[in-house]
Amino acid sequence: MSDKVILLAHGSGGRLGQELVEKLFLHFFDNPALLQLDDSAVLDLPAAQSATYQRRLAISTDSYVVSPLFFPGGDIGKLAICGTVNDLSMSGAQPLWLSAGFIIEEGLPLADLERIVASMAETAAQAGVQIVAGDTKVVDRGSADKLFINTAGVGLVPPGVVIAGDRARPGDLVLINGTIGDHGMTIMTQREGLQFDSPLASDCAPLAGLVARLLAALPAGTLHCLRDPTRGGLATTLNELAARSRVGIEIEEDALPVREAVRGACELLGLDPLYVANEGKAVAIVAPEAAEAALAALQSDSYGREAAVIGRVTEAHPGRVVLHTTLGARRMVDMLVGEQLPRIC
Amino acid sequence: MKYIDEFRDPDLAKKLLHRIEQRSTRPVRLMEFCGGHTHAIMRYGLRTLLPPTVDLRSGPGCPVCVTSNADLDWAIALSKVPGLILATFGDMVRVPGSTQSLQDAKAGGADVRMVYSTLDALKLARANRDRPVVFLGVGFETTAPTIAAAILQAQAEGLENLSVLSLHKLTPPATRAILDSGEIALDGILGPGHVTTIIGADAWRFLPTAYGIPVAVAGFEPLDILRAIADLVEMIEDGRPGVSNSYARSVTSAGNRKALETLERVFQLDAADWRGLGLVPLSGLSIRPEFAPFDAARLFDIDPGPLREHKGCRCGDVLRGTLSPPECPLFDRACTPMRPIGPCMVSAEGACAAYYQFGRDNP
Repeated sequence: MSDKVILLAHGSGGRLGQELVEKLFLHFFDNPALLQLDDSAVLDLPAAQSATYQRRLAISTDSYVVSPLFFPGGDIGKLAICGTVNDLSMSGAQPLWLSAGFIIEEGLPLADLERIVASMAETAAQAGVQIVAGDTKVVDRGSADKLFINTAGVGLVPPGVVIAGDRARPGDLVLINGTIGDHGMTIMTQREGLQFDSPLASDCAPLAGLVARLLAALPAGTLHCLRDPTRGGLATTLNELAARSRVGIEIEEDALPVREAVRGACELLGLDPLYVANEGKAVAIVAPEAAEAALAALQSDSYGREAAVIGRVTEAHPGRVVLHTTLGARRMVDMLVGEQLPRIC
Repeated sequence: MKYIDEFRDPDLAKKLLHRIEQRSTRPVRLMEFCGGHTHAIMRYGLRTLLPPTVDLRSGPGCPVCVTSNADLDWAIALSKVPGLILATFGDMVRVPGSTQSLQDAKAGGADVRMVYSTLDALKLARANRDRPVVFLGVGFETTAPTIAAAILQAQAEGLENLSVLSLHKLTPPATRAILDSGEIALDGILGPGHVTTIIGADAWRFLPTAYGIPVAVAGFEPLDILRAIADLVEMIEDGRPGVSNSYARSVTSAGNRKALETLERVFQLDAADWRGLGLVPLSGLSIRPEFAPFDAARLFDIDPGPLREHKGCRCGDVLRGTLSPPECPLFDRACTPMRPIGPCMVSAEGACAAYYQFGRDNP
């Protein structure tokens, strides 16, 4: 169906719509719950786990409107899986099931949709989740920009795991699983008018495995906060954590992992990598005695090779984030305020 | 990263700071003309590293900030002309005019587009030949040549729907105006790196010759700025004011001939209305009569409505260097980047925004 495009009729509930569901969605998102084709998916909690998991659920949803749909390192479909999987993972949950809603602009090439759905299936398999419910709407040309995707997800939180934004304590160490700013700068440079040749790629990745590894490696109760620094970047996430926990956070400019190409692109565009979005990063705040094990666990994962300890939690200046610069000066790192950025996630 | 890391080297920075400490025996007040310098100084925490004898004041070098309310009101009223597209750099849209901002006008239905360069404005005009497209020309000698080039390009293409509202301003006359007012005693000027790339370091020679104070043209990396401050301190201590150029990788004595020629072809000197300085003769650029079809000021008859200045906003004082941002009673109280009252809190080059973003702990 490579030469075909999405028509309004694909969303009208008729034969064309049915064909789309069967040939595309069911083909790629093949699982028993979805194949039932009932109005809702009915799921059994994994039998062996339901008792030990104490029936604590994590639920999250997010909508994805990134432009362009395809970019180095990913596409809107991969992003839609990773984003929701990562949001679930940041509470320590094991993500299990996702729903996917598609809002498609009339005229989208079917081949593009197929590529995106295939990418979603591949990423979901990698993250260990199933897409068990879905919806498709087609809107008039101009009423949406090619394709918007919403995903919602459900995960199970292991017993004893309590990870939240208000649990950082003075003395804790701050870690990140790799370089910052890759996703945002990739999208920025892909945009019309800002295209230039650079070896940038989005860091878009599902972090369920990395978080499982981290939880397994650390003594109970030592992993205090986990958060994925997406829109607003690392600076905004650290500010949120400092405010929620009523602690100060101090980070070292020298310790921040930033890829050369990202630094270069940021310099050119006058941006600070601290404020640029990530899609495969997690900030972990851990008790000092667990920091070494946490770093080793992160670095042993394929999405954490360049993990680093980047700072510490302080009693001083609660609610504020301070950067120690390479020059030996210190300055405040504020939240991102009203910057003009394209849609990046 | 090449060409970046060399200018952020901590060891060289320490040497320069040592040089400044060694030479600085008496308090000096230096003005960084350029808002880009204010941001770099705050971002790299340079104020916290300098000895207490060196007082840095930010100046009028933020094009968005020095745009007067009257000019801004005119642009906002212009954006409401039915069918018209107003193209502007992003910073401008959030600046409050007398009653509203361009952002408010946009929310009310005006077609205001944020662009990254004049090339985008040309593209807009080509894609919308049946609609007037006006580029809001806000900037100094740095951006004016690119806008002149866009006008020449539009003329060559016969692109009749593109025009420019020229609010361009010139930096040396503003510096003179501040010094002539005698309101603030300045011992030296940190010269704007990008502007001087266009106009040439010689354009600042009047500072040592007519005013007896040194100028050091600086780039925007920490070492550029520290080296310029060291040069200024030395020239002041030695009693030998001159023009130093620590940004020689970009700035020459004569400037960029081609850019200046382009600028002079399209623009002529005119009075300009500066926030904080008022009407300064020969400090602005208007479009020459032969390019009248591209001059929005001539093409449109606009009633901007009654002018109102914001009570308590001290942006004018900040722009003249007589007030440091944290000294403004509104700073971080009524006026924040989320709800700015004056333009200095909005623009990426605004002094208040720089102090707010980087320096609330150690101003």
